[in-house]
Amino acid sequence: MSDPNASSIRPGMGEPGTTRTSHEHHELGFIRKYIFSTDHKVIGIQFMLLGLVFFVLGGLFAMAIRYQLAWPWESMPVIGDLLFPNTGQAITPEFYTMLFTMHGTIMIFFVIIPLLTGAFGNFLIPLMIGAPDMAFPKLNMFGFWAMIPAVGCVVMSFLQPGGGPGAGWTAYPPLSTIASASPGSLSAQTWWLLALTWVGFSSMMGAVNYVTTVVKMRAPGLTLFRMPLTVWALLIAALLQLFALPVLTAASMMQISDRVLQSGFFTPTNLVINQINPEGAGAAAGGQPLLWQHLFWFYSHPAVYIMVVPAMGLASDILSVHARKPIFGYKPMVYSLCSIAGLGFIVWGHHMFASGMNPALGMTFMVATMMIALPSAIKVFNWLGTLWGSRIQLTTPMLFTLGFIAMFIIGGLSGIWMAATPVDIYIHDTYIIVAHFHYIVFGGSVFALFGAIYHWYPKMFGRVMNETLGKIHFVGTFIFTNGVFYMMHQLGMAGLMRRTADPYDYESYAHLQPLNVFITISAFCLFVWQIFFVWNFFHSMFWGKRVGRNPWNAASLEWEAPSPPGHGNFDSPLRVYRGPYEYADPSVEEDFLAQTRDIESK
Amino acid sequence: MLMRITITLLMAALLVFGIVSWADYDFWLMGPSPSHYTWWWPEEMSTLGQHADNLFWLIMVMVTVMFVITMGALTYSIWKFSAKRQDKAVFSHGSHKLELLWTAIPAALLLVIAFSQMSTFAAMQFDSSMEDENGEELPVLCEIWASQFDWRFRYPGRDGRFGTNDDFESAYELVMPMRDTFGDPDDKKVVFLLRSRDVLHSFFVPHLRFKRDAVPGMTQRIWLGVDDEQLAEIMADREDKSFDIICAELCGWGHYKMSGRVRVLPDAEYEKWVDEMTALQFGNS
Repeated sequence: MSDPNASSIRPGMGEPGTTRTSHEHHELGFIRKYIFSTDHKVIGIQFMLLGLVFFVLGGLFAMAIRYQLAWPWESMPVIGDLLFPNTGQAITPEFYTMLFTMHGTIMIFFVIIPLLTGAFGNFLIPLMIGAPDMAFPKLNMFGFWAMIPAVGCVVMSFLQPGGGPGAGWTAYPPLSTIASASPGSLSAQTWWLLALTWVGFSSMMGAVNYVTTVVKMRAPGLTLFRMPLTVWALLIAALLQLFALPVLTAASMMQISDRVLQSGFFTPTNLVINQINPEGAGAAAGGQPLLWQHLFWFYSHPAVYIMVVPAMGLASDILSVHARKPIFGYKPMVYSLCSIAGLGFIVWGHHMFASGMNPALGMTFMVATMMIALPSAIKVFNWLGTLWGSRIQLTTPMLFTLGFIAMFIIGGLSGIWMAATPVDIYIHDTYIIVAHFHYIVFGGSVFALFGAIYHWYPKMFGRVMNETLGKIHFVGTFIFTNGVFYMMHQLGMAGLMRRTADPYDYESYAHLQPLNVFITISAFCLFVWQIFFVWNFFHSMFWGKRVGRNPWNAASLEWEAPSPPGHGNFDSPLRVYRGPYEYADPSVEEDFLAQTRDIESK
Repeated sequence: MLMRITITLLMAALLVFGIVSWADYDFWLMGPSPSHYTWWWPEEMSTLGQHADNLFWLIMVMVTVMFVITMGALTYSIWKFSAKRQDKAVFSHGSHKLELLWTAIPAALLLVIAFSQMSTFAAMQFDSSMEDENGEELPVLCEIWASQFDWRFRYPGRDGRFGTNDDFESAYELVMPMRDTFGDPDDKKVVFLLRSRDVLHSFFVPHLRFKRDAVPGMTQRIWLGVDDEQLAEIMADREDKSFDIICAELCGWGHYKMSGRVRVLPDAEYEKWVDEMTALQFGNS
């Protein structure tokens, strides 16, 4: 099975969309090949490295938040002198608002979405559908490079007076639109909005590409219902982005207009801020703050599904391969993905049950939200059905996928309380919410991403990651994740609100500090534990064990290509005969039946 | 083997934590709490909160059953269907019957939850819940004003009208009567207007299970009702007779310190307090 060219990316040239194979003769220069590349695999890896770098930054912000919550206003060892020379090395309240604002922003827009749709969307879609590249390779390249201005805008927002935006990742006006309301709303907020717009621009170019590629460039014989669930999930996430992103972009522009041109979309009349009526915006604006919340959540709730649907796809594929069994209920899995996407557009109001929105509207959103729990439940049952009667190999990717299922169950079940409006009134914006979405996004999406990196690493670099280190990484990550986020349910039950820098002055919260210390220590351990992953990732890139095309004996198309695949991906045109999950078929000797294998004509 | 034991222990720990956390929450504190607060929600003292808490427990029962079934199946599969024990997996692409079963049952449960909460939510938020039997709006006790970073409460004074010169203001502490005058212990309603001067805030009283954003530019009618039996029970072993008001919506750098208190008085004592405040306002002339 091993390929002589496995270790080097083979040369290619010209328009990859027009060629099937890689019989080209001109070597590309380093810059065209690795920097301004139009090759979907290189772009995918670029997105992955960008996402992982920002993961570290977002993680550091989380650690600072945790430090403040465990030991509020206490001087920070080592970095305190550098960051807070004027306040006795202690975090300032303004800095704290910046921390959680940027933790959320970075983790969502610069880590999870780029890693799921940017990295794995780019890398896997053409390989899994047997295409030589994306439909629009240059657009794809621009999609990655549009992230660079976004990064620039984020950096600029930190350099503004006030030290970074501080209105939360949700940027609710008027706090975000009126400069005198918050130090972070001076000019940093405008840069933050521009960064978001650039990220949206990047996602849009990616989404157009994914949809076109999946629709037009599937290998002969690969019908829609023979596609791997990862491709289905990425297609659906791309559709969500196509429909939801314009609204976010428009809303960002409206907020920029409120801030810069003193228009009044979101700012009501007659505000009194810091004892004065603000100049410009707010003087005679007559806007409505709830309008922003509706527009923002109209994008950001589908965005929640953009952050988890691809993870569901990745997990389904890894699960089937390492359980050596066909996925249970393929079509119900596809339909449940579709209904999550469809219902995802009519549940945004469940973020606003306590916002003062018309309660009749709240009732409608409540019923829709209850119903969206159903497809998620169906997916969990089908994953369990896949495991039942399977032949589980506890490899690192499989461990992370099992972890994903366990964490997704907890996060999904706790969501039911949130959908129940009278209960939600109490738990809205408490740490139960924080626990819930971290179980979905960290326990769910990040675990699936770790699993996916371990699983597709051999395809990316032609080498496998170290299994022992991978297992150590899993166990620690699993323990500390629960140590951090399970305990947050308890904080939330006690009524602790998120975004409070120092809650212990409240009678209701004074006794919660020991629990917060426990969570903080778990969080520090979780952060430090990722060293096993970082070391494994970079060490294996150069010194990992070399493998051939199909180290996991998987049936889907990406494993037909060399590892790593050259420009143009496949040596010869592919023809597909069946779905991607044909494991344990009794009619053949091996325990897997590749999608391309023709057993009839043999 | 080691991996399987580890995963099983982790799953078991989650199950035990999950159940212990609500079955016996004193466990977490290793003994009774020195304050009245635990790692669970505070005592409930509103007329509606009980309904919300009951709904919480209904969902808790359903969720616990689901949790045990799914986590149990996952852990069992890891042992039972190990590659070491099985030569080849079952060749199956699914089961139509099972799909129907596990679509219909959760759908029914979710609908039960959805419909069983509607009346409580309507009672909490619909305008019609703030009318008397003749369809007249109930009188407003006071205006709750939120601003960076404090709570102020404006009372209309003896004449019951805002904007007249016997209005008075209370900062930090909201004082409200039980409103026993309605007679029915389950139907005590005190109506407030919730407003903000600058940015979004949120009026949160954990003991009343109530939370609502204060939105600048909008005046919202809200109501709170205190169950006097519950209140008496809570008050029995407390020295401080008031409860936390917490700002629950990010409102700027000082969000964490935007606190207030709410004190509930029997009607007669409330009237006395109004007299005192009026006297303070106009001096002892």
